[in-house]
Amino acid sequence: MIQLDHMARVVLAGCALIGLTGGALGTFVVLRRQSLVGDVVSHAALPGIVLAFWLTGSRSTPALAAGAALAGLAGMLAASWILRRTLLREDGVLGLVLSSFFGLGLMGLTWIQRQPDAAQAGLDRYLFGNAATLLSQDLAWMAGAALLVAGTLALLWKEFSLLAFDADFAAQLGWPVRGLDLILTLLTVVVIVLGLQTVGVVLMSTLLIAPAVAARQWTDRLGRMTLLAGGLGALVGVLGGAGSLAFARLPTGPAIVLAASGLVLLSLGLGTRGGWMWSGLRRRRQRREGREAVLHG
Amino acid sequence: MSPATELQWIAAVAALACALPGGFLLLRRQALLSDALSHSVLLGIVVAFFLLGSLDSPWLVAGASLSGLLMVLLVDLLQRDGRIKEDAALGLVFPLLFSVAVILISRWAGHIHLDTDAVLLGELAFAPFRRLEWLGLDLPVALWQMGGLLLLNLGFLLLFWKELSLSAFDSLLAGSLGFRPALLHTLELGLLSLTCVAAFDAVGSVLVVALIVTPAVTARLLSDRLPAYFVWAALVAVLSSQIGWRLAVGLDASIAGSMAVAGGLLFTAALLFSPRRGWVAGLRRERAQRRQFARRLLVIHLHNHEGTPQEAEECRLAHLSEHLNWSAETARERVDLCLESGWVSWAGERLSLTAEGRAAARQALEELPLQLAGAREEGLLCPWPAPRT
Repeated sequence: MIQLDHMARVVLAGCALIGLTGGALGTFVVLRRQSLVGDVVSHAALPGIVLAFWLTGSRSTPALAAGAALAGLAGMLAASWILRRTLLREDGVLGLVLSSFFGLGLMGLTWIQRQPDAAQAGLDRYLFGNAATLLSQDLAWMAGAALLVAGTLALLWKEFSLLAFDADFAAQLGWPVRGLDLILTLLTVVVIVLGLQTVGVVLMSTLLIAPAVAARQWTDRLGRMTLLAGGLGALVGVLGGAGSLAFARLPTGPAIVLAASGLVLLSLGLGTRGGWMWSGLRRRRQRREGREAVLHG
Repeated sequence: MSPATELQWIAAVAALACALPGGFLLLRRQALLSDALSHSVLLGIVVAFFLLGSLDSPWLVAGASLSGLLMVLLVDLLQRDGRIKEDAALGLVFPLLFSVAVILISRWAGHIHLDTDAVLLGELAFAPFRRLEWLGLDLPVALWQMGGLLLLNLGFLLLFWKELSLSAFDSLLAGSLGFRPALLHTLELGLLSLTCVAAFDAVGSVLVVALIVTPAVTARLLSDRLPAYFVWAALVAVLSSQIGWRLAVGLDASIAGSMAVAGGLLFTAALLFSPRRGWVAGLRRERAQRRQFARRLLVIHLHNHEGTPQEAEECRLAHLSEHLNWSAETARERVDLCLESGWVSWAGERLSLTAEGRAAARQALEELPLQLAGAREEGLLCPWPAPRT
């Protein structure tokens, strides 16, 4: 085993943590067919990041993450308000919110860049993500988020399960569906914001979707799927992180996405729940049995 | 033309060229496909660049459009056996293609103009520097490109208007009538990726989404008729490009970003002030309905007691608060409403119906007998004598 230096350990731990939380939470995102929410939140976070930087003048993770989370949440709330109040449908509203918020962030970013005190270098690492900029204290935040997600999922497991499979029924039972929905959205926003620094705006959504989709190919049980997705997310994070450490000029985000996509493909092929390989084998066996039945019958 | 005017023209033409294909995309509930397409075309551009070694080639555009189609094909393939839903398939495929492109760029082409920043964010401000003289006109390349695409998109729209509308609203019917909606859709998507490629040179890939989706979404709030919807979308596109331009100049900020923000602002304005679907219109409608209901309730009450022994007692203003559960103030207001519309008049201390008011009460009773009966059964109304016929 190669001796890992401090930075490498931080990077790997960060990728693993964000993969773990993203994967577990992604289970609910995917089951509720909100896969593109990750994409929207991560784009909508940009104006918050810019504003937080402008107000505090610092690039510390907590300040920027708080700004990002607020803006991301504002974007999601705006989208759900518009969806409730108009006849517009999800795709259009999400596209609108995504692009308007991102445009606002871009305006802010260029405006700040043209200000004389150009201490803003590095803000754009949020666009593409660079795990090498992770610090030990960032890990503490990620671990905190992981605990928060795990705790909330454990506490509201029953509620979230019903919400994922039959939200209308939950509403009929008188459960506070809107509140539960808000909690899930809030958790998703927190995870995405923490992941931005590692994998960037464009690719954060993969970290939510891919592990859950892969896990779905192996099990029909929600509990197992959530645990498996968390595990696969961590695995993918470590693989991608290690890849970007091992090869020069291999950015972390894309590396993780490659690993995650490979995993999805593998699961689609080999997964015990309708994997291509099994259905292929079954077809062959049935064909052979049919032939034999015709020959000997 | 001065560079500033040229920029304004490029912005307006690009916004128009993107808004047209966005119209049907939104009706098909596939607006987010624009987001996916605009990211995926990067891969085609990069691959074409590696094969050709140049950034100025029509093959780049071909490669980009092909990668857009590849994305759509992959999404289709993934969701085919139902194990992956459409949203997840989309969310998996385009980041993958985008990642491959980013890796190719950062490992083997780090030094060229194709840095991810420029592609993602775009910079319109440099567009006037690349020029092309053709037909005796010396215009920026971007203007030629976007103008050509605008004509192409417009031509496609006009030529296939009937087929496009039918397959957007009922693609099964279109298929059974032999219009081949799948082929049409493929053509549409091909054109859309072409538009994305050309536009992202000018405004960057994220804001292509703004140009494609925002006008359509805004227009949807403003009209229910297909032709009007497209006219509104075109109007919003041009308007947001011009407002965005002013914003960008005023604040010294990114033109593309400002255009997206201007689009968002126009949408918000439509959300609030759209004549039929706006928030303000909704509030006014609600108020009008509430007043209409109150007026009807009052005349029905008077009508029921007209000519009965209790009339003198029931038709006093003070009694209304007791019977209809209105506060003295509300009762006063509503009586004034009815006085204004000439439905009631004062007969000394008590209210009496005018001929008009009587007709209104009868009409209301005719229209609402079921509701009234239901409400009386549930004990929500006072035990009035049954309405006379």
